[in-house]
Amino acid sequence: MMTRLTTIERQGAMLLSGLIAFAGLALAVIGRGDAMGVHGWITLILAGTLFFIAGNAAYAPEPTEDRTKSYYDDPTKIGLLLALFWAVIGMGMGVWVAAQLAWPDLRFDAAWSSFGRLRPVHTSGVIFGFGGNALIATSFHIMQRTCRARLAGHLSPWFVLLGFNLFCIIAASGYLMGVTQSKEYAEPEWYADIWLVIVWIVYFILYIRTLARRNEPHIYVANWYYLAFILVVAILHIVNNLAVPASFGAAKSYSAFSGVQDAMTQWWYGHNAVAFFLTSGFLGMLYYFLPKRAERPIYSYRLSILSFWGIVFFYIWAGSHHLHYTALPMWVQTLGMTFSVMLLVPSWASAGNALMTLNGAWQKVRDDATLRFMMVAAVFYGLSTFEGSFMAVRAVNSLSHYTDWTVGHVHAGAMGWVALISFGSIYAVVPVIWRKESMYSWKLVEWHFWLALGGTVIYVFAMWNSGITQGLMWRTYTESGTLAYSFTDTLVAMHPYYVARAIGGSMFLAGAVIGAFNVVMTIRNVSHAAPQRDYPTESEANEPAVPAAE
Amino acid sequence: MELTYEATSAFAKSFGLIYLIALSVGITVYAFWPSLGKRFDKAAKSVLDDEDGPCR
Repeated sequence: MMTRLTTIERQGAMLLSGLIAFAGLALAVIGRGDAMGVHGWITLILAGTLFFIAGNAAYAPEPTEDRTKSYYDDPTKIGLLLALFWAVIGMGMGVWVAAQLAWPDLRFDAAWSSFGRLRPVHTSGVIFGFGGNALIATSFHIMQRTCRARLAGHLSPWFVLLGFNLFCIIAASGYLMGVTQSKEYAEPEWYADIWLVIVWIVYFILYIRTLARRNEPHIYVANWYYLAFILVVAILHIVNNLAVPASFGAAKSYSAFSGVQDAMTQWWYGHNAVAFFLTSGFLGMLYYFLPKRAERPIYSYRLSILSFWGIVFFYIWAGSHHLHYTALPMWVQTLGMTFSVMLLVPSWASAGNALMTLNGAWQKVRDDATLRFMMVAAVFYGLSTFEGSFMAVRAVNSLSHYTDWTVGHVHAGAMGWVALISFGSIYAVVPVIWRKESMYSWKLVEWHFWLALGGTVIYVFAMWNSGITQGLMWRTYTESGTLAYSFTDTLVAMHPYYVARAIGGSMFLAGAVIGAFNVVMTIRNVSHAAPQRDYPTESEANEPAVPAAE
Repeated sequence: MELTYEATSAFAKSFGLIYLIALSVGITVYAFWPSLGKRFDKAAKSVLDDEDGPCR
């Protein structure tokens, strides 16, 4: 892969990784005796390794390929493999923490393996590690195809991808050492946050520059969703992580906000992480890969524009529904509730648009597990957005909040929607960019599909039962006005559901392992197939393109 | 100007409301503007052509 870069680019790679390695060394020296120092060593080792990989190819001959004739897919390939790696790690951690809740002895009495430290490894592992890498990789793929232009730059996509993974590694290793700034989904400390801002700005510039090179007059709707994802996540990340380090030689920092402002900022961030990290970018995936795989244009392009702006402008207000019955002013709570209910309209517009696209191609859904992944993802998207709007209503929230119902809701979205659309997209894109005839085994794709669907259904039903049981037990009073059940009583009642959840999660993990195996075997064992056409063309050249109906 | 709770919430409740309504009207008009239909149809079909359409 290094030999596909020009000598100048290889030197640039050496310079960049050298600088980052030095920054790691500085962090290791300044932060010695603290978790920050360990992160310095990690950075030094990873960046140093990259320096030697680049240096090893420094004197290789210049690449001979004509860069205007093909797309640049190397970062996409590595990104997809990293996504699958993080899927196995992150979901494995999820199964472990689920099992700890059912059988607490599985903690094995170490500090690093306590629930409070492993849980963020699970959440960050699946959201940022798996989801983030899948988003970055597919965005590189989609922006090139829909623009009919090669990536703008050969170094910056690597910087974005590997820099983001450095952030993920620092995050996960920090949790195990007890580093956290106590903000859900924004646990990493100040130096990791600053690093992510740099990476993210490069990502945004890369996307805009590629769009600027496009040979296609209209910017396809998937790109809008990806752009919203990149831009809004940057804003959310910067504002929510405004903090003052206690010292520049240690990880600990203090938030710039306090009290209810801090809570509101955190949940403005937290809910929009769901909106713009876990929804917007994945809708971009849906709007590209679903029509592509079904070989039918999206049912209503107009509706996709309308639901894009609906989602962007409603979601940003919905965060306060996480703070019902708190010190937050009542009107802010009501505002969040109202916008959450209104959100149902653009959400169902997208889900309906996806399903209407498949209307008339149901035989493909039946035969093709890859397309079925996408179809079921759209169904779960519709279900979980309905559930979310419902749970944001204050009266419902009084029962559901702080219970396992919330956990079930999140996983209906994360497993049923985000993970299924990602796996469907991965199965669709792997044969295309590795130039293979097909996936290694369609039977394994079927196995993955049914394990993932079965696991999700078991998980979600277990948590619905558990959460409603828990919520009702909390609010049951005796005749004399005291609480009828102790906290321990609720735990005993929830135990069977916790066992069921661990089983559902294990099935989902098994599916992901099968998927990773299938992808690796596809790359290694399936014979090469040159695509009919998968390279950039001028906009004039595609004028007489075959209409999609033919 | 002092940034009080009353001033900011009054601003949010008035200007914020108007801008959201104006925006949603604007977007709806854009999305359903009749003469843009051809462009949208072409865009919707463009993704299907990029990998298996005719060679130039």
